[in-house]
Amino acid sequence: MAGLDELRLTFFQECEDLLDRLGDGLRELSAPDSTHEIETVHAVFRAVHSIKGGAAAFGLDALVEFAHRFETVLDGMRSERLAISDALLGVLLRAGDVLADLVAAAREGDEPPIERSSRLAAELDSLVDQSGGDTSSEEITFEPLTISFEPLADLTFDQPVGESPDDDRCRIELSLKGDFYELGHEPAGLIRALQKICHTEVQADLTQIVPLASFDPHNPMLRWTLLLAAEPDPDTLSAVFEFVEDCAEIRVMTPIQVPDGSKSATDELRLSSPSEQLPILQTFQPETAQNLGLKASPGLSVPKPSAAENVHSLPTPATIRVNLDRVDRLINLIGELVIMEAMLSQVIASAGLQSNTEVASGLDRIRQLAGEIQESVMAIRAQPLRPVFQRMERIMRDVTEATGKNARLVTVGESTEVDKTVIERLVDPLTHMIRNSVDHGLEDADTRKAVGKPALGTITLSAAHRSGRVIIEVSDDGGGINRSKVRDIAESKGLIPAGTSLSPQEIDNLLFLPGFSSKTEVSSISGRGVGLDVVRREIQTLGGRVSIASVEGAGTTFTIALPLTLAVLEGMILEFGGETMVLPLSSIVETLSPASANIHTLGRSGRVMSNRGELIPIIDLTEVFNLPRQLADDQCGVLIVVEAETGSRAALAVDLIRDQRQVVIKSIEDNYGAVPGISAATILGDGRVALILDPEEVVNFSRTDQQQVSLQRKG
Amino acid sequence: MQNIMTDVEDGTHEVVSFKLGDQDFCIEIGLVREIRGWTPTTVIPHSQDYIKGIINLRGSVVAVVDLAARLGLGVTVPSPRHVIIIVSLGKQTVGLLAEVVSDILTVTPDMVKSVPDQIADQARDFITCILTFPNGLILRGLDLSHVLPDIEVSPA
Repeated sequence: MAGLDELRLTFFQECEDLLDRLGDGLRELSAPDSTHEIETVHAVFRAVHSIKGGAAAFGLDALVEFAHRFETVLDGMRSERLAISDALLGVLLRAGDVLADLVAAAREGDEPPIERSSRLAAELDSLVDQSGGDTSSEEITFEPLTISFEPLADLTFDQPVGESPDDDRCRIELSLKGDFYELGHEPAGLIRALQKICHTEVQADLTQIVPLASFDPHNPMLRWTLLLAAEPDPDTLSAVFEFVEDCAEIRVMTPIQVPDGSKSATDELRLSSPSEQLPILQTFQPETAQNLGLKASPGLSVPKPSAAENVHSLPTPATIRVNLDRVDRLINLIGELVIMEAMLSQVIASAGLQSNTEVASGLDRIRQLAGEIQESVMAIRAQPLRPVFQRMERIMRDVTEATGKNARLVTVGESTEVDKTVIERLVDPLTHMIRNSVDHGLEDADTRKAVGKPALGTITLSAAHRSGRVIIEVSDDGGGINRSKVRDIAESKGLIPAGTSLSPQEIDNLLFLPGFSSKTEVSSISGRGVGLDVVRREIQTLGGRVSIASVEGAGTTFTIALPLTLAVLEGMILEFGGETMVLPLSSIVETLSPASANIHTLGRSGRVMSNRGELIPIIDLTEVFNLPRQLADDQCGVLIVVEAETGSRAALAVDLIRDQRQVVIKSIEDNYGAVPGISAATILGDGRVALILDPEEVVNFSRTDQQQVSLQRKG
Repeated sequence: MQNIMTDVEDGTHEVVSFKLGDQDFCIEIGLVREIRGWTPTTVIPHSQDYIKGIINLRGSVVAVVDLAARLGLGVTVPSPRHVIIIVSLGKQTVGLLAEVVSDILTVTPDMVKSVPDQIADQARDFITCILTFPNGLILRGLDLSHVLPDIEVSPA
């Protein structure tokens, strides 16, 4: 049972890869400048076929059924019976989605989405019908091997079974080995499977059959010669024989013209064992007709026929699957190493060693190495955003289908690499944003036409690395944010007091407030109460920021800025109120000494700083965290100006800045829980724990404090 | 409850006993990961008064609970004499601040007595049973799941 479960797991893992390949292929084909490479069609066909094969082994009927129809259409494309058109590709893309759904349903053991799959299956079938001619899916048309089928008239086959000499059918000789029956195989099943592929003539060789009494199941005597009406695709063949390769001798002979053209020969194709991973066609061996009756000798290898190369997809770099836990463990250990290194250098510094000693230079080297190791391990975890973007394309199709809006998704920079954990947690927020952009961002077709925009809306999803962060943008070419409407809604829902004066940017940011939903009617796509506030929260838990920019009439852009990794962070080490804390460097705009800043007191305790004509509220961290004050009341050591994602700035007052360095992020939520204003913890060089500040939250709750105060005063 | 009652085959089990103020408490030995001397903690702002702060336990961040404060026996002023008992319950690892660890004792089922219902006290919520020893020693069995800071209902 455990073994089967494991196989199942492997199958679904493979399915993921295959679905990826399928998606890649389909996208390549539907790219505007695609040359519709037949090789890409082959790749897609193979992916679907492999899924079908695996699914059949696990008895996943719904999946097999659908994959089969899908395959039929692809086969039509391979044989060029079906012309590749946008409409066709559209159906294929959606079929790919359904296939992915079916795989997911099979994996989870859920009910397969019958309704949708049968609808698409019907579409697929109708495509095949349109192609005219023989719609029989049983008939496989084959790889366009550069082979001319020449009658083998002048060849005498040394064969036990009668066969017309000019037969250009493919011959398969099947004889069973000792443990064939013991392993639970059934020859009739194999033959039936072949008959499904194409018309197969079966001839049994009964010459060696012994009386039943002396029948030894460990020594099967039956042999078959199978004559296939057409030359089968090697992949299809190997799929049929995949499980019996080790316990049966299978020889496939196809008529082929030898390169010099003077003499025909029969190619022998030995099915390679799966462990060899070698493409079957590479084991083509030249055999003269005379040799055919003999057992295949490990013959010379000839240069592969050029078509054989086409059959196999482009080489992908060798990869291994590694359990994420192992990588995480490595990352933790490296974190420890970095901490130890910091501790060592502190000890050495306090021992008063000169910086030019060997110890110090050795330590420097260790620091460098630790840094490099850290980078390499991070690179292991880093993955391109492609799979997420691909999923978004699928979301896009779903949304456009549901809303009836005509829109396309343009993706840019999908090879941008981000930490794996970040990628996984990006799916939900991005899904929501794409839906939001289509549903709320894009105008309907009539409105678009009225303002002279193309009827086809465009959503652009782009990713790029920018100064140590990943920037992901979702932008639409829709109508932009209707600020007065947003404002009205926020006021009517009581999210902001009526008459508050707000900058355009602040109004845009109202969209992120919990409970805000600008669509008056609730649609099934977005606007179910879970709104952009959820997106923002999820991005924040990833250590990222979301911002919004909108030009009325020209569209809206959401920008997500994410850290490359969740494991380390460049931070400034601060001291205030007797505590040491770390402030992420990414949020810091500038640092000022209070002497150079113009500080004004507002009211009883409020203070602002005027800096180059801008008034920035001062937030005293000692006060925020309720710590004992170390400095005199009106005195503060350093002011650090931070920028929140809303664009608003605040100056954090601290006692002093101690250092700036990379710190390893340690979660405190696992063992303790969330702390307001604190995003995580780290371990400093002296082995003590320091908390990492979340500037956004600090600014936010000091603001809400003030708002509450002002509201109370009003009331 | 299960902390104390997880019996081995012959019904005996071992507990770690320690002092808080003048009272003796104990916890199931299987839950104890290690016992270490007091190290200064990093204070968590806005935390409950019984959370002493967090410490670095070989690379992971672990919260330290002032047991005495948690049981309503008054806030402990830690000194180098104090110990931190590192316990893990489920996925959570927490340090418990206590005075000296006294002993490791073997308990037989007949020593386990239930807590009298009449006692109404903050500590009552955390004590699952009372262990009596022939020499007159009385140990209060702690229910760790109640003592540990609740991750689910963390101050948001």
